[in-house]
Amino acid sequence: MARVELRRVRKSYGEVEVIKGIDLDVQQGEFCVFVGPSGCGKSTLLRMISGLEPISDGDVVIGDEVVNDIPAADRGLAMVFQSYALYPHMSVRQNLSFGLENINTPKAEIRAKVDQVAKMLQIDTLLDRRPKDLSGGQRQRVAIGRAVVREPRVFLFDEPLSNLDAELRVEMRKEITGLHRRLENTMIYVTHDQVEAMTMADKIAVLRLGELEQFGKPLDLYNRPRNLFVAGFIGSPKMNFVAGRIDGDTLALDTGERMSLPATGFRYQPGQAVTLGIRPNHVTVGDDGPIRMTVASVEQLGGESYIYGTLGNGGAIALHLPGQAGAGTGEVLTIGADPAQIHLFDTESGLSLRTD
Amino acid sequence: MADRSGVTGFLTATRGRGRLHWTDWVSYGYLFLGVFLMFGPVVWLVLSSFKDQNELDRFPPRFLPYAQEVLTVPGYDDPLPAFTVTEGDLAGQVVGQTRRAAGRAEVVSPDAPEDRVRLTTDMLQPVEGVAFATDNYTQLFARFDFLRYFWNSTFITIAATVIMLLVNAMAAFALSKYQFRGRNAVLLIVIGTLMIPQTVVLVPLFLIVTKLGMFNSLWGVIIPGAATPTGVFLLRQYMITIPDEILDAARMDKASEWKIFWRIILPLSAPAIAVLAILAIMWRWNDFLWPLIVLTRTENFTLQLALNSFQGELQTDWPSLLAMTVLTLLPIAAVFMFLQKYIATGIASTGGK
Repeated sequence: MARVELRRVRKSYGEVEVIKGIDLDVQQGEFCVFVGPSGCGKSTLLRMISGLEPISDGDVVIGDEVVNDIPAADRGLAMVFQSYALYPHMSVRQNLSFGLENINTPKAEIRAKVDQVAKMLQIDTLLDRRPKDLSGGQRQRVAIGRAVVREPRVFLFDEPLSNLDAELRVEMRKEITGLHRRLENTMIYVTHDQVEAMTMADKIAVLRLGELEQFGKPLDLYNRPRNLFVAGFIGSPKMNFVAGRIDGDTLALDTGERMSLPATGFRYQPGQAVTLGIRPNHVTVGDDGPIRMTVASVEQLGGESYIYGTLGNGGAIALHLPGQAGAGTGEVLTIGADPAQIHLFDTESGLSLRTD
Repeated sequence: MADRSGVTGFLTATRGRGRLHWTDWVSYGYLFLGVFLMFGPVVWLVLSSFKDQNELDRFPPRFLPYAQEVLTVPGYDDPLPAFTVTEGDLAGQVVGQTRRAAGRAEVVSPDAPEDRVRLTTDMLQPVEGVAFATDNYTQLFARFDFLRYFWNSTFITIAATVIMLLVNAMAAFALSKYQFRGRNAVLLIVIGTLMIPQTVVLVPLFLIVTKLGMFNSLWGVIIPGAATPTGVFLLRQYMITIPDEILDAARMDKASEWKIFWRIILPLSAPAIAVLAILAIMWRWNDFLWPLIVLTRTENFTLQLALNSFQGELQTDWPSLLAMTVLTLLPIAAVFMFLQKYIATGIASTGGK
C-alpha cells in the first residue's frame, strides 16, 4: 500500500506532447479514477505510472520513492488490462500463479494464495480451464485475480469494464468497489465513462488533451466544475449551455431573453461574455420562467421524463423531470432555473466565475 | 441421401443424387490423376526396391517384383531354376534346368532325377512368382554401414533444427516485439539475403568453415544453416500477432525478458514453430550439396551422400540404391505425418476478448 504522486510529469513522442505536465497526489488507500474523452492521455498516464511507458520529464513517486528509473516489474504494482491480457496457453491456475512463480514463492504458498483469491472472486471452479473457455465476465475476474494474488502496493485498472455488456458492467463495478473496501489498497482506474467514475471513485481526475482539468471528489466536480469542459463532461445528460452577455445585474442571453442573476456567488464585469450552465434536472418549468423552448421530443421512462427541445437561437436544451411530465411535440414551454443552481463561465477562457 | 459421415461417405461423395453428374466424372478423374502423379513414383520406387538385379534389368519392366521359382531335385546340391516346357514330349511339365549354353538347355524332371533331357531354350518358359527380394535391405546393413549414415543424418537434422529454431525465434522475437533504432534495416537485410543464391556464398562459406576447423565435421554442416531468413521472417510475422498487452502483463508479473520469450512467446508461437520445424527437418534431411562439400570421409557421410556413392561412373548398384532411398524417405514421411496436425491446429486463441 502506498500513495502515488505525480510531479510535473510529461510525455512526448518526438515533437508531439501527449502529457503536458501533470501534478497529482493520490493518497494511500484512495480509489482514484482518471476520466476523459478518448485521446486525452489517461491510459498513457497510467502506463507511465506502471513503468511500461517511460516518462519524458518530471517525477513519479510511489510510496516515498521516486521510481522514474525503476522497471515496471520492481515497482510493486499490478495492472488489469483492457483486453485482460490473460496468457492464453495457461490454465486459470497457471495464470494466477505465474507472477508468484517469478518471485520464487514456495509452491505450497502459491497454491494456498491462488485458492484463497479464487474463492474470493468466485472463480474457484474454473481453475483448470483455459481463458478461451471462459465468458467475458469470468475472464475479467481472472484478470483481477491475477492482480490481487500478488498483493501489490497499488492496483492499476486500464478500462477494465469496456468489453463487458451493460448489465455485467454494473455488477463488476460493484465488485471492484467491494474489493477496494476489503483490500484498502490504493487503486487507480482509467475509464472514459463518467458514470463509472462518479459511482466508483473517491477522487476523480478529469483529463483533456494531456492536461489535468480538475481533480477532486465526484460531487465536488459535479457541483463546482472548474470550467466548461468539466461541467459538460461530468453529469448525464450533459449540462445545458446558453451563451450570453452581462448587462447590469441581468444576463442578456443570445436567445433574446433576459435572466436575473443571483446577487452573490459570482464575479463578473459588466459587458462580459459569459456562458450560462444549467443541469437538465435543475431546469424548472413554470409560467414565470424567462426562457422559452420548443419541444422536439419526449422520453417517458415512467419514474422520470426527459424533454428535448430547441431554444430561441436554435440551441439545444434538455430537461430531466421527475415523474411523468408530458409535453406535446412543438409545444412551447417557459422554463427557468433556481438561481442557486446555475453555473456561469467566462466564454473566452471557459473558467467558472464562481467565487465560493 | 447417402450417409455423408465417415471416411467412405466422404470419399464417395457425389454431386448428382444417386447417379454420377458429369462434374463428378471430371472431379474424380482429376483427383485420380493427382493421386497417380503423386503416389505413382513412390509406389514404383518401393516396389522396385524389392526387385533383384535381373528383374531391374528386365525390359519391359513389370509392376510387381517377380523372381524365378526353384526346384529341389534329389541328387543336386543346389536348387535348380524351374521352367515349364511348352512343346515336345515333356510339354506341360515343370523341370529344373541344370545347364544352359548357346540356345540349348539341359533339364531334369523332379520325377526322374537321373534322366537328363536336352531341349532348345525357346521350348522353356520360366516359372515365376511374386517375390520380395528382402536381400536388398539386409545387405544394406551387412555390406554398408547404413546405421552410421543414418545416425549422421539424424544427428545433423536434429541438432540443426533445434539450433535453428532457437536462433530464429530469438531473432524474430527481437524484430517483432522490441522497438529499437535500425530495426527495419536489420529486417530488410535479413530478408535481402533471400535474394543471394546459395551457390554464390558457397566458396566463402567453405573457407570460413575450413578456417574454423569444421571441415569434415558434422558441425560444419549444422552451424552454417543455423540462421535462415525464411525462418526469421516466418516467425516474426507470426509473433507480431501476439498482443503486446500479454507481454506487458508478464512484465508486470515480474517475468524477465528471457522468461517472457520462453514461457509466453514460444508456446504462443507453437503453430509457426511447428511449420518451421517441418521445413527445417526436410531441408536438413534432404540437404545434399553442402554436406557433399564439407564431408569427404565415408564415416561422416549422410544418407544422401551414401546414396550418391552408390551411383558410380561405370556401374550403379540399383538394388542398394533403391532400398536405401526407401529407408531414407521413411523418417521424413513419419515426421510429416506426426507434425502436420500441428500446422492445422492453432492453439493461439488470444487471451483477450
